[in-house]
Formats: sequence, structure tokens, C-alpha cells
Amino acid sequence: MNLNFWLPVLVLCSSLATGLIIFFLKEKQSALRTSLNLIGASFKVVAVHYMAYRLLVLGEIHEASFSMGLGFDFLLRVDFLSLMFLALSSNLWLVTTLYAVGYLEGSANRSRFFGFFSLCVAASTGIALAGNLITFFIFYEFLTLTTYPLVIHRESTAALEAGRNYLWYTISGGSVLFVGIVWLHVLTGPFNFTDTGVLEALGSDRHLTLIFIFALLIMGLGVKAALVPLHGWLPVAMIAPAPVSALLHAVAVVKAGAFGIVRVVFDVYGQHFAGYLGLLEPLALVATITIIFGSVRALMQTDLKKRLAYSTVSQVSYITLGAALLAPFSTVAAIVHLAHQGIMKITLFFCAGNIAETLGLHKIRELDGVGRRMPLTSVMFTVAAFGMIGVPPVAGFISKWYLGLGGLEAGQNWVIGVLMLSSLLNAAYFLPIVHSLWFKKPEIPWKELRKSRLEAPWTLLLPALVTAVMSVLACLWADWIWSPLGVARQIAAGMGVYP
Amino acid sequence: MIVESGMILLPFAGAVACFLVSGRTRILAALTASLFTSAAAAATVLQVFTHEEMRIPLGGWPQPLGIQLHIDGLSVVFLLMSAVVGLMVSIYSSVFFARQTEERHFWPLWLLLWAGLNSLFMVSDIFNAYVVLELVTICAAALAVLSGKVESLKAGLRYFLIAMAGSLAFLLGVGFLYAETGMLDMFALGEEVTGSLPLAVSFGLMTAGLAMKTALLPFHFWLPPAHGEALAPVSAVLSALVIKASFYLLLRLWAGVFEPAISVYAAQTIGFLGMAAVLWGSYQAVIQSRLKLVIAYSSVGQIGYLFLLFPLVFAVQETTWAAQAWTGGVYHAVSHALAKAAMFMAAGNLIIATGNDRIDYMRNVVGSLPLTTMSLGLAGISLMGLPPSGGFVAKWMLMKAVFASGQWWWVIALVFGGLLTAAYVFRILGHAFESGDRRKPMRPVPLILETVPLILALGSILIGFRAEEVIFLLEERMLWEIPGGNSP
Repeated sequence: MNLNFWLPVLVLCSSLATGLIIFFLKEKQSALRTSLNLIGASFKVVAVHYMAYRLLVLGEIHEASFSMGLGFDFLLRVDFLSLMFLALSSNLWLVTTLYAVGYLEGSANRSRFFGFFSLCVAASTGIALAGNLITFFIFYEFLTLTTYPLVIHRESTAALEAGRNYLWYTISGGSVLFVGIVWLHVLTGPFNFTDTGVLEALGSDRHLTLIFIFALLIMGLGVKAALVPLHGWLPVAMIAPAPVSALLHAVAVVKAGAFGIVRVVFDVYGQHFAGYLGLLEPLALVATITIIFGSVRALMQTDLKKRLAYSTVSQVSYITLGAALLAPFSTVAAIVHLAHQGIMKITLFFCAGNIAETLGLHKIRELDGVGRRMPLTSVMFTVAAFGMIGVPPVAGFISKWYLGLGGLEAGQNWVIGVLMLSSLLNAAYFLPIVHSLWFKKPEIPWKELRKSRLEAPWTLLLPALVTAVMSVLACLWADWIWSPLGVARQIAAGMGVYP
Repeated sequence: MIVESGMILLPFAGAVACFLVSGRTRILAALTASLFTSAAAAATVLQVFTHEEMRIPLGGWPQPLGIQLHIDGLSVVFLLMSAVVGLMVSIYSSVFFARQTEERHFWPLWLLLWAGLNSLFMVSDIFNAYVVLELVTICAAALAVLSGKVESLKAGLRYFLIAMAGSLAFLLGVGFLYAETGMLDMFALGEEVTGSLPLAVSFGLMTAGLAMKTALLPFHFWLPPAHGEALAPVSAVLSALVIKASFYLLLRLWAGVFEPAISVYAAQTIGFLGMAAVLWGSYQAVIQSRLKLVIAYSSVGQIGYLFLLFPLVFAVQETTWAAQAWTGGVYHAVSHALAKAAMFMAAGNLIIATGNDRIDYMRNVVGSLPLTTMSLGLAGISLMGLPPSGGFVAKWMLMKAVFASGQWWWVIALVFGGLLTAAYVFRILGHAFESGDRRKPMRPVPLILETVPLILALGSILIGFRAEEVIFLLEERMLWEIPGGNSP
């Protein structure tokens, strides 16, 4: 068996097949469904890490392509960047599946939920593995379709409304992206992410068109990446169950958009060529506006999940900002923040879900004194919140540090100002929560929605614990070559920008 | 030759048999005829694919006396489309009618219609084309009024009148053409056509007549009531196949007969009508409150896409993008046929289950009819042109042709058409997911009725993966040289 061909296919199919099989399970077969889910997710983690070993240590190139007969190939290809995203999505799929099993215990329509959940992970895997823009686009649209049923899972009027809103944004974004991709292909013919310099070779009379196409691509991707003013769907989609929000924010939808922007800047246009065309400054400006705007809006929210949602709007744009600065350090920051934001944000959502499920609390002002009843959850929430603010030793510190260094290196000193302002705002909206968790006295009696020996069922605690520990370790062991930072450095080195 | 004429004779014989026998025997005869017809079509496709395009003189008479069948890449694509949809419609109908009174009329009419369609896709003589087009129209109109309800009779009568007007215009055009050139064979005609006035009139009349039958925008008003009021398998046939028949003839005439004489203005005008149809039809589909009307208006919109082919393929000589647009347009016709047949049959299932097709009543359908909902969803994906699906392949090729030709204004149709399509597809699906008290318990739907639309919907998705063979047929196995394409 040719592993170089089959490993990427297997990785993709591990979640695709799981999803398709689960659709046909009866509602009652929950044990079978759970085991299938966990087997699929564990298999994927193992396969991804084995593939990482083969790529990083043995130097094998994994590639699977299939001719679509339209002048382009359906291409799955593993490079360092896809490996980063794959490792993130496979690990977080495993913990989120565990969390979702606990979270949805006893609720209706679980076969449908887990079916689409796995398909959604398959879509984000495909996005990671895509070796050219068209393959990327295929999975990007697949992601839209598979997340819709998750957003409307509760079937309430509000959920359906949110789903409709989500679709309007994402389908419109998808159409704009499609126009951009087709136009680019008419100019260049088919090309893969590895063929750098295709656009540079076009000649200067095409530059205006290329600028226009870049705008189309970023607009299309910016919807999912929640760039202001295209972010409107994200806070509304918070109506979805907590594991869905966690996955949407950490790995799937938002990250797909950010990952796409990184791909377009680095692997389609090439950072230097994009800089030459003058595309990076506007992109950096949009990212900066999003960072500040998201934080300010987060400050104004009273609902915990909504505040987290706006925080995502802000944090994900660090990735875009990093990609838009022409400096090795900021490239590293963009790539490493893909992973760091994922593990920290998913921890926050897990904790918010725990509190909502156990005590029925959703508003921030109701959280007074929750630390006494749920100490572990509160500790994990605090750790992740500190990470978001950028306090060492949590992962967020590394991202911000490298982003700041990159800004200085690129000669864009204002980036430091943006970072400081943003961190200040992060602190302003996270610290009051932390304060009320630990230092305030509870005013209203809590409901006890779930009985368990621990503060919450272990299936809800363990995933949050794992991701919280990961966020700390990502900072403490940052120097290890296989830490997120280590890999990000290697990717940047592979692009020839980092020494 | 036996196989090819079998595609016409088998359904014809089936129709006669269904007229004579009754009960279980009739269904058996109908299914046998359908199966063999489809097999004959498959064999022909394979023959053309592996060998080459064919010209078969019927009865052994040479030209110009005898009648010829011409089978090339375009023919076999449409033949295969009818074979797949036709077989599925037959299977669905054998359970759907379940010995109701309509069954007695449905089977002979449907098989006769199928015979007409198959001959239309192989015909080479424009007078014969008129004759089989009439056959198709009469069968289709009779099928449309099958349920005997007042609304369907009204709609069917209007359909019949418009279709007849279209036929007359076409016949008049044939008359002009014959008077001017003295020929009826499409092949021979292709070499005789010049830009003279009688020919321009004939071109205009034939195009207008066929556009009426295809329900292009100003002539679209008959379609939604006729398709919406008919019974589910009939709506599927009308939307998937019957309107494609006149479109096929239009393609043949434009590409084969009038190609040298087509002006830029004619091509652009018909393209703009297509764009208007995309926007108007899709918008109407969004605001309808009955599922079958949504699907019917969706047909008006989707047909509009087909007409975008004309300004991209014709009007400019020797272009590289014409082949893309040609294939993209035909691909769209095929994937629309599969998706639309699936949707109408899925709607039929919903009517069986809930008693009506109001969208508000579709609560919790996803729980009780999961396969039907899945068919609606998958067919919807293909209609929206999301990857990977047949609709995506079509949209990709059309969009590429649009940019390559610099006629960027067609992007409006492709993008907004897609968005409006998404709006109505997800409006249906949103209601299907909505939970709540069911006003009436749903009646069970036989498994076969749920499976057939699913197969068609899956087909419309899966043809997105193997575009290569179809492109080969459409570009390499043509009897006529297509503009900008490879040699015939």
C-alpha cells in the first residue's frame, strides 16, 4: 500500500465515513454511536501524527490527486501549514466529541447532530489538506453546508433565524470567492499552492486585475474569518449548542476563513508579491479595525457566549494581521496563532458550556461566586482568559510577543500600539468575569441542572482540562521543535522567510 | 440500427401494450419497456463513446429520400438523461399510482412521450422534428391534466395553447426555410444558409416558437401552474425532460443550421432574456408559499441559465471559450434534469405524507421523512451550483467562459441566481427542520418512493465528479463543428 497516497485519503475519510455511518444509526444506539465517534476521532489523531512523523522526520511527501476533467485536479497534499491545521483539528475533534457526548446526553436528534458534526470536521480536514484553491473552495462550501444543521440544531425560531442569517453571510461570501477563483484561473490556468510565482509571471498589465481579484478573495474568505464588517453572523450563531460554538470558533468556520487568508497571502500571491502590489497595508488596516472593534463590542456584551463570540472576532484577526505584515516574526505569529487561539478559545467555550449546563447561568452578572461551586471550571476559564489577554505563561503571550516583534521588524511600530490597546481591552472584558467568579458572593440561588459527583460530569470537565493544560504547555515548552511555535518557525523557515 | 430504433419502438410498443392490458400486467409491461429502452440508450451511448457518431438511414433509403437518424455526442447526452430520468419515473410511478384510475391513462401517454423524446434527440430532418415535437407536446399536455382537477385543467389548457402557438411558429419557420432552400435535412441546410431576409424571418420564428415551449422569460407564465398542478411524476417529466426537448432543438438549429447567419444582437438578446429569467424566476420561487410552485418557478430560473450559453458560444467567430460555454450549458441541462426530477418526486412524497404541499405545513419532515429531505437537500445543492455537483461543473465552465470572453455582465446572473436559489432551497429545508406540534399525523410513504428521488439527487451530485467523459462526448463526438471546439 502506498502510504503517501493513502494516508491523506484515510485522514479525510476517518471523519467523513464516521459521519455518514452515524446518520444511519437509530437514536437509541447511543453506545455504538459514541464508540464510533471516539474510534474515528482517535484513529484520526493517530493517523495525523504518524503522517506528521513521516513528513517531518522521513521527509515523505503525501499527495493524492484525482482528475475532475475540468482542467484542474482534486488535490490533497500535506505541507507544514496543513499539518499545523490538521493537528489542531484532529486533537480538538477528539476532545470536543467527548464534550458533546456529555453535553447532549439525553437530548433529541443526536444521530443527526453527530453525523453533521463529523462531516463538519471532515470539511475542515479537507480545507487543511487542499493542495490548490479549487479543492480548498470545494471543502470551504462543504463546511458551510455541514455547519448549517448544527447551528439550527435546537430547531427553535431563534435558531432558524440565526441559521438563515449564517447562510446569507456564508453563501454570499462563497459566491464572491468563487468569482475570484474562476477569474484567477482564467488568467493563469490551473496551479497548486506549491507553484509560487505564477502570478508574478503574469506581467504588469495584469496587476490591476490581480488587485481586484485579491479583494474578491479576501471578501469571500473574510466572511468566515469574521473580518469587520462581515462578522455579523458570528454573534448570532451563538444560539447553537456549546460544543458547536466551541468547534466553530476554534477549528472549523472562523479558522477556515483565517487559514484561507493565510493560504492566499503566502501560497497564492506570495507575501512579497502581495506587498509589491500594495495589498498588505489595506489588509493590515482591516485586521486592525477588526481587532479593536471586536474587543470594544465584546466589552458591551452582557451574555457570556456573546462576549466570547466578539472576542473571537477580535482574536482571529491577529492571524490576518500577522499575515499582512512583511516580516518573518509576524509570519510565525500568524501561523502559531492558528493553533493557540484554537486551544484557548475552545477552553473558554467548554467552561461557559459547563456553567450553563450545570447551573443554568448565561449572563455575565449571574456569575458571581461560581468559583466556589465550580472551582476547576473557574480555574480553567481563568487560565484561558489570561491567555487571551496575553499573560505568560499561557499560549496567547507567545502569539502577541511574536506579532509585536514582527511589527517592529517590519518597521510598523503602530502594531505595538494596537497590541497594547487590544490587550487592555481584552483585560477589560475578561478580568471582570474572573473577578466575579472568584471574589464576589453569589446573590441568587443556583439551579442544579445536573447531578454528579464532581462539580460537573467528567465528560464536560476532562476536555476543558486537556485544552487548558495544552494552552499552558504551548507556552512553557514553546522552544521544543514540535511545539506549535516550533512548527510555526519551521514553516516560516520553509517559506524562506525565517532563519 | 436495431438498438437505435429500439429506443423509439420499445416505448411505443410499451405504450400500445399498456393501452390494451390492465392491472398488474400493465405495470409489468410498462416497467419492462422502460428497462429495455434505458438499456438500449445505454448501449447507444457506449457505442458512440467508444467508436464514433452515427448516421443511420431508416429503411435503407438513401438521402434525400429516406429518413435518417443522427446520433452524436449531444444526442447521446440527452438520450442518456432521458433514460435515467425515465427509468426512475417509471419505477416511481409504478408505486405512486398504486392502481388509481389515473394509471390507465398515465402509462400509455408517458411511454409515448418517451418515444417522442428519443426520436427528437436523434432526428435530422426539421419537418420530422416538427412532427415529433407535436407528439411530445400533445402527450405532455394530456399528462398535465391527468388529475382532472379544475386548476390543473385550466393550467393544462393554457399550456396546450401556448405550446401549440409555439409549434405553429416553428412550422411557419420550417416553411420559410424550405421555400428558400428547398431542403429539410439539418445537415444539408447548414451549408446553404446565408443572411437573407426570409431566412432571418425563419430563424426568428423557429427560435421564438421553441423559446415559447422552453418557457423562456416572456413566455414563462404557463409553466408554474402547469408543472405545479400536475401529479408528481408528471411534473418531474415535464420539468426535467419536456422543456429540454425544445431546448435541444434550439441548440441544434443554432449550432447546426443557422450558425453562420447569427448576429451578435440576436445572441445577446436571448442571453439577456435568459438572465432576466434567472433573476425573475428565482425571485418568484423565493416568495411562493407552496412547495411545488417553488420548484416550478425554480425551473423558470434554471432554464434561464441555459440561455446564457448562446451569447457565449455564438456571435463571435473562432473563440477558445465557446467550447467551455457549450459544454457548461449542456451540463447544466443534464444536472438540472436530475435534480429537478428528484425535487418534484420528493415533493410528491411530502404531499402523500401531509396531504398538501404548503411550506408552512412541512414541520419536522426531517424526522419523519429523512430520505426525502435528504433528496431535497442534495438536489438543492446541485441547483445552487455548490461543489461538488453537476451544477457546480456547469457553473464553473460558464463562469470561466464569461471571464475569458470579457462579457462580464453575465456574472450578475450566475452570482445572484445562485444566491436566490440558495434562498429558496434553504427556505424549504429550514421549514423541514422546524420542530413543533404536527397538525396531523403523517401518512407513511413507501420506501421505493423515498429511494427513487434520492438516487436521482445523488446522481446530480455525482456527475460533478466525472465531467471528463461528458466533455469528451460533447466536444469530440459531434456531427457538426461546434464553434471554437475541436474538429467534428
